[in-house]
Amino acid sequence: MLVIHCPYCGPRPEPEFAHGGQAHIARPQDPTTTTEDDLLQFLYLRENPRGLFRERWRHARGCGRFFNAIRDTTTDFFVTTYKVGERPELPGGAA
Amino acid sequence: MKARTTAGGRVERAKKVRFTFDGRAYEGLAGDTLASALLANGVHLVGRSFKYHRPRGVLGAGAEEPNALITVIRDEARRTPNLRATQVELYDGLVAESQNRWPSLEFDVGAINSVFSPMLPAGFYNKTFMWPRSWWFKVYEPKIRAAAGLGVAATLPDPDTYAQQFVHCEVLVVGAGPAGLTAALSAASSGARVILCDEQSEMGGSLLSERNATIEGVPASEWIAKTLETLSANPRVRVLPRTTAFGYFPHNNIGLSERITDHLASPPTHLPRERLWQVRATEVVLATGGIERPLIFPGNDRPGVMLASAARTYANRYGVRVGERIAVLAGCDAAFEAALDLSAAGSTIAVIADARPAGSVDGPGILAAKAAGLRILPNATALGVTGKLRVTGVLLGIVGADGQVVSGETIACDAIVMSGGYTPSVHLHSQSRGKLSFDEALGAFVPSTTAERTRSAGFGRGVSGLMAALQDGAIIGAEAAAAAGFAGGSLTVTAQALDAALSGSPGALPQLAGPIPPAKAFIDFQNDVTTRDIALAQREGFESIEHIKRYTTTGMATDQGKTSGLNALGIVADSSNRRIAEVGLTTYRMPYTPVTFGAFAGPARGDQFDPVRRTPSHEWAVARGGVFEDVGNWKRTRFFPVGGEDMHAAVNRECVAVRSSVGMFDASTLGKIEVVGKDAAEFLNRFYVNNWSNLGVNRSRYGILCRDDGFVYDDGVIVRLAEDRFHVTTTTGGAARVFGMMEDYIQTEWHDLSVWITSTSEQWSVVAVQGPKARDVLAKLTTDIDLSAAALPHMGVARGHIGGVPTILMRVSFTGELGFEVNVPAEYGSALWEAIYAAGQEFGITPYGTEAMHVLRAEKGYIIVGQDTDGTLTPDDAGVAWAIGKTKRDFVGKSGMDRPALKAPGRKQLVGLLTDDPSVVLEEGAQVVLTPNQPIPFKMVGHVTSSYFSANLGRSIAMAVVAGGRAKMGETIYVAMPGGDIPVKVVSTVFYDPQGARLNV
Ligand SMILES: [Zn+2]
Repeated sequence: MLVIHCPYCGPRPEPEFAHGGQAHIARPQDPTTTTEDDLLQFLYLRENPRGLFRERWRHARGCGRFFNAIRDTTTDFFVTTYKVGERPELPGGAA
Repeated sequence: MKARTTAGGRVERAKKVRFTFDGRAYEGLAGDTLASALLANGVHLVGRSFKYHRPRGVLGAGAEEPNALITVIRDEARRTPNLRATQVELYDGLVAESQNRWPSLEFDVGAINSVFSPMLPAGFYNKTFMWPRSWWFKVYEPKIRAAAGLGVAATLPDPDTYAQQFVHCEVLVVGAGPAGLTAALSAASSGARVILCDEQSEMGGSLLSERNATIEGVPASEWIAKTLETLSANPRVRVLPRTTAFGYFPHNNIGLSERITDHLASPPTHLPRERLWQVRATEVVLATGGIERPLIFPGNDRPGVMLASAARTYANRYGVRVGERIAVLAGCDAAFEAALDLSAAGSTIAVIADARPAGSVDGPGILAAKAAGLRILPNATALGVTGKLRVTGVLLGIVGADGQVVSGETIACDAIVMSGGYTPSVHLHSQSRGKLSFDEALGAFVPSTTAERTRSAGFGRGVSGLMAALQDGAIIGAEAAAAAGFAGGSLTVTAQALDAALSGSPGALPQLAGPIPPAKAFIDFQNDVTTRDIALAQREGFESIEHIKRYTTTGMATDQGKTSGLNALGIVADSSNRRIAEVGLTTYRMPYTPVTFGAFAGPARGDQFDPVRRTPSHEWAVARGGVFEDVGNWKRTRFFPVGGEDMHAAVNRECVAVRSSVGMFDASTLGKIEVVGKDAAEFLNRFYVNNWSNLGVNRSRYGILCRDDGFVYDDGVIVRLAEDRFHVTTTTGGAARVFGMMEDYIQTEWHDLSVWITSTSEQWSVVAVQGPKARDVLAKLTTDIDLSAAALPHMGVARGHIGGVPTILMRVSFTGELGFEVNVPAEYGSALWEAIYAAGQEFGITPYGTEAMHVLRAEKGYIIVGQDTDGTLTPDDAGVAWAIGKTKRDFVGKSGMDRPALKAPGRKQLVGLLTDDPSVVLEEGAQVVLTPNQPIPFKMVGHVTSSYFSANLGRSIAMAVVAGGRAKMGETIYVAMPGGDIPVKVVSTVFYDPQGARLNV
């Protein structure tokens, strides 16, 4: 059971949260100019890195807010969590 | 109790305790374990081994015990199998039985496996039971299952209760031996909150087995008592005996299993049997000590062969002599210390055979043994034992300078104690993903780097010697507290003990050269793995220790390498000319020792397993014999049988009643979400496929929700209550996920919208009143709502009162009849239900359940999302494309459903099916094919999604998804069934009142 830091509520146990998949997937804004490839990227293609991963969480059984996190998939330790709209640097300056 | 000493130990000599083992009555003392009490009675044979059914005795004195697995029986519902007799505390009246033997422990038919053991080598199951495949399920698996497993669990429900508790602390100390006790003391002296747990009934760990050790100038037992007094007096310290730290979970979450009543003769009924603690510790100190390794020699598993540390514990702690004439096999100095203690307890030490060469530096144990005049034989190995149900002697061999072994003398003895060195218990450290490194001097793995905020202390990290362990604990405890923000903790402590070295060389003892050793030398007692099995695995090409583990099963199950791990590595390293560090280590799995299912389940069983949601009509339906079904957590009435009707008859009657007069249905389970804000309509425009801008206040519309991939996700009627306020209904099962999806888009996509959503599913009760007489029924219950078709047309909404209760009255229909859904605040729900039922009596109002609801909607071709759709149907596939707002620039799923593949011809489309034979009701899920009698495999073109007998139509009806289905109207296709293909005609999904005349009255 992980401890996850909700940016609004602070540290809370994992059962209060729902995982929301990869973060920073932008929804195509204009259907008239959206290509099939745009949709492929948006709907289906996801990274599955070994190491740091930007991912979405929702404090589903708490404040209900969505937020993002950087988690190391090899250790389950979080580097940080942050609010929607923010994008802190990864350690080491990676993307 | 012929093997009991006259004085000493921690047992209460005045308190006799009666117990039975395999039906025979024995007597022990308060403070005994089952193992120590049996040994005190001279009973060494306690079990049969897993594979070969070999007679087995007690090997250890604690959690490491692989042999003495027994069943404790309080009553038929309280049978606990596979307990280690070394950990079972004796209580008056205890009933225990041995396992894995028939008909008796002394004469076990299964021991024939031992005769056939050349046929049961490593990988036997993998090799033998491969072919033919069909035999797996019929022959091999049932046989293997019957033969495998040891004890038999109770078949009755567990009558005991189990508690669960979450707790936080700054420092959790696991293990209350010397290092754990000083770690707790020094951590607590800083003011930190400390939890100290230990698996034993008494705190003290290895100190409980010491004979002469002193700490701070007093005997160890006195120091333990003083220390526990200090700790217990500190309100920030929690001391948990009988509590095993069984698992190290991420982020310093440690699972503890506390046994509360298992040691009591008459457990009070108010106490839980066990408590599962979930500890979240800022810092963890692992003071888990170590476990002695057996020596590997032929016959090392015979009853009477025991770890030297265990024999010492039985002598010093329990006052029990494990033998009168004992042979000591030394691969480690600790064997000499044991010999001295066993001698002091009154046993004769026949010989100390030291497997190591003479002339190396004599440790304090060896010097003391020499001073005591004990016979020491250097360069000696054990080549075999005599005796079957208990050893009668040991055959020694002498290792020459060339490494060759020559047979030596056979020494008569009734017990053999052995020490192969000590292994630090690094299980929890390893579970926490900490790394290990091989300490060549110690001959064992010790913790190196950590992943969690955890530290090991004392022998758990290879620090040996009593004073060193005490001081290490004190320093590590203070460090842990400081790291948690509580600096300043400290403790100084002095001690004196014999301090025999604990190092050894893992692997097998030197044996007589020859192609096949004469008898089995066991590495893993619990899994019956011998040196030959390891050799065989290596001959067959298994090199990785992970593969050897799985092929031979060594170190698997509850042993988890406690006694077997390092020896197996030593043998593999020897025979492959590698160093142990190069061979590597297998992963330690949780739990450290088994945890009962009850502890994990806690209160979540029976009625408490899953919450139940009940509708307002629930009690009313129960009183009238309603039959319920589970829909998610909801209990919904499936049908209301009258006068012994079966489901078919009841559903037929309910369906006919709705279309001929009026029925009532509890629709309260529908999900409800209130959407509010100046951009509420725009939000719904973007979210649902429909257009909402043009929906008037007090009007409603059927909405379709897709995911962004263009597939139907949910549906429901949406009411506009005001310009800026909508009442959205969802499917019963979809309420939570639709709400979550709305939140997702509001919070993460559409920051420009001013809109809020609130779940109101629990705030409204809903009664659907459906049928030609529906208006007449409600007219009796309202004075302020105009029910006329002009004032309240289909999909119209009125506000007012029904039965005196504030109501949102929606004229909607899921039956195709004139219908209303009466929404009232939830607390009025059951009163409303009864009021409508009473008002409807003169019209013969008929309550109907979910089954009739399904039939009635299918007669009209109304879909159920999740039944007629499966996440791969677009609105067009499902025949509801008419709902899409064609002029909208964007909505969730618009781009997705516009992809060419989702508009291609030949997609599966929802159609109606009518069987040629009207009495045949198709099976839901059955496959649809275009032509009968095809070669196998048939080409499947779809499947039946809904199928019922319609009493109103006097025949069966069905819906199905069929590739290109709408172009096949009127064609005959087939539903493939084992009994023959059933011809069906493709028709519209609307079977009843296709013009919809009955809605608009
Ligand atoms: Zn929160």
